[in-house]
Amino acid sequence: MLVAKHLTKVFGEFRAVEDVSFEVQQGQCIGLLGLNGAGKTTLLRMLACLLSPTSGTALVDGADVGEDGLKVRERIGFLPEVPPLYGEMSVGRFLAFVARLRRVPPALVEARVKEAVERCQLDGVVEQTIETLSYGFRKRVGIAQAIVHQPPLVLLDEPIAGLDPKQIVEMRELVKRLRGAHTLVLSSHILTEISQTCDRILVMHKGRIAAQGREDELTPKAHLGVRVRVLGAREKLVAALGGVAGLERVEVAEAGAGGVVEARLECREDVRPSVAAAVVGAGLGLLELGESELALESVFLTLIGSREART
Amino acid sequence: MTNVWLIARRELGATLRSPLGFVVAALVLALDGLLFNLWAMGGGEKLSAEVLYEFFYALSGTTMVAAVFLSMRLLAEEQRDGTINLLLTSPLKDHQIVLGKFLGAYLFLALLTLVTLYMPLLVMVHGKVSWGHVFAGYLGLLLLGAAALAIGTFGSSVARSQVVAAFVAGGILVALLLMWLLGRVADRPLADVFSYLALHNTHYKAFMGGKIHLKDVVYYLSVSAFFLLAATRMLESRRWR
Repeated sequence: MLVAKHLTKVFGEFRAVEDVSFEVQQGQCIGLLGLNGAGKTTLLRMLACLLSPTSGTALVDGADVGEDGLKVRERIGFLPEVPPLYGEMSVGRFLAFVARLRRVPPALVEARVKEAVERCQLDGVVEQTIETLSYGFRKRVGIAQAIVHQPPLVLLDEPIAGLDPKQIVEMRELVKRLRGAHTLVLSSHILTEISQTCDRILVMHKGRIAAQGREDELTPKAHLGVRVRVLGAREKLVAALGGVAGLERVEVAEAGAGGVVEARLECREDVRPSVAAAVVGAGLGLLELGESELALESVFLTLIGSREART
Repeated sequence: MTNVWLIARRELGATLRSPLGFVVAALVLALDGLLFNLWAMGGGEKLSAEVLYEFFYALSGTTMVAAVFLSMRLLAEEQRDGTINLLLTSPLKDHQIVLGKFLGAYLFLALLTLVTLYMPLLVMVHGKVSWGHVFAGYLGLLLLGAAALAIGTFGSSVARSQVVAAFVAGGILVALLLMWLLGRVADRPLADVFSYLALHNTHYKAFMGGKIHLKDVVYYLSVSAFFLLAATRMLESRRWR
């Protein structure tokens, strides 16, 4: 469905994207993960024909983004970070306008708009003017405009940026619903987002792909995160953890309310049994022991670290 | 053409709903009325043809100013709000986007211009008006408006700020308006070139007097086409930046 070959974009002296190659199969959901300025948006803008590559190319269903821009644009739907919406239009009229722009046959416009409205759960606001909608709804209208013409490839740039927690959950569900019907490429700098919605992850750093694969393929290469909360003296916990083999990093916070001390550990192997034994052996009250949400974060930082070490 | 009309219709709708559209329409029509009463009708007894001549002269100024104000937002606002991404990622050619935006604003400007038709009709009450004179005058106004609007569209394509866009368009308009002065002081053949380029003095006066010269029509259409093409090139260049 999508093949990127040695894509490079240079702005003056700055190489925003450099030698990026990857393939996406039909129906897959790919996540571009990277810090701000990693080149995710520039990459998506090249795939959406908003920017011409300095070198390299990308093929969408066999159409070249550089040479067959019109054909590519027929096959894609794009949601930039700021949804491109005409505030003075109602949601329904706007989506009908976009459908016509994207060459939906006039007889099908109404049905396609209805379908996009249902999929994005916009039923209650179809007649409402876009400028009166909340940011969360505007993002949903932004997704609706990207899918109203039923494109095979949908590109979403930071779809959850600026949303509150409730809206994030709703947006996550919406993106999950799009899977299967469309091939998805979405970008985010929020690690959990990518891990929860995507089949495959492309980690970007300084314009290059630092690593790519499924989360479980990337995770073993990196540290595991363990979180432990105990009742007792901080010094005792530090001493107990000092005796646990395999820990690569230990961070013990100051005692909190009620004498609860929390520590975050990083290791290559699962050390939870040893940690449990050491904590209990030291006479501390073990309140909680589990995997921290550091897993993918660690992947990310480790991969970036190893790339920086190589460059 | 369907795509151009689609964009033009949305643009016209947006202008009709926006405060800017109403403010420009109200100010221009009020100014046109005042100028008709004080400038064209004032200054003692005049022949109907003289009144029309002065009327079309006065309206040329307000039409150009209206064109700059209506066009300054066309592409600048789309670039500022990011809605240009919607158009640029749709299967449209760049010239269709520019033409659609231009046409939408032009329909509004044409409507605004034609609303003033009641003033020449008032002249008929006490005088004798040649319909040919009225037709030629309005054709001139519509052509001058198209050229000014195309210049404004170009100004709007170079900047994200509407103020900057208006200044760019205003600067080009003033430069083209003052070309006749350069034509006076320069030596031939430069003087001929400058005189030919003069937006108002050389090409509009015949329309004011009720005459239609093909060379003037061609000039205004050429200026419009040139600046619309330039705006298209500016839009295309966004993909290469």
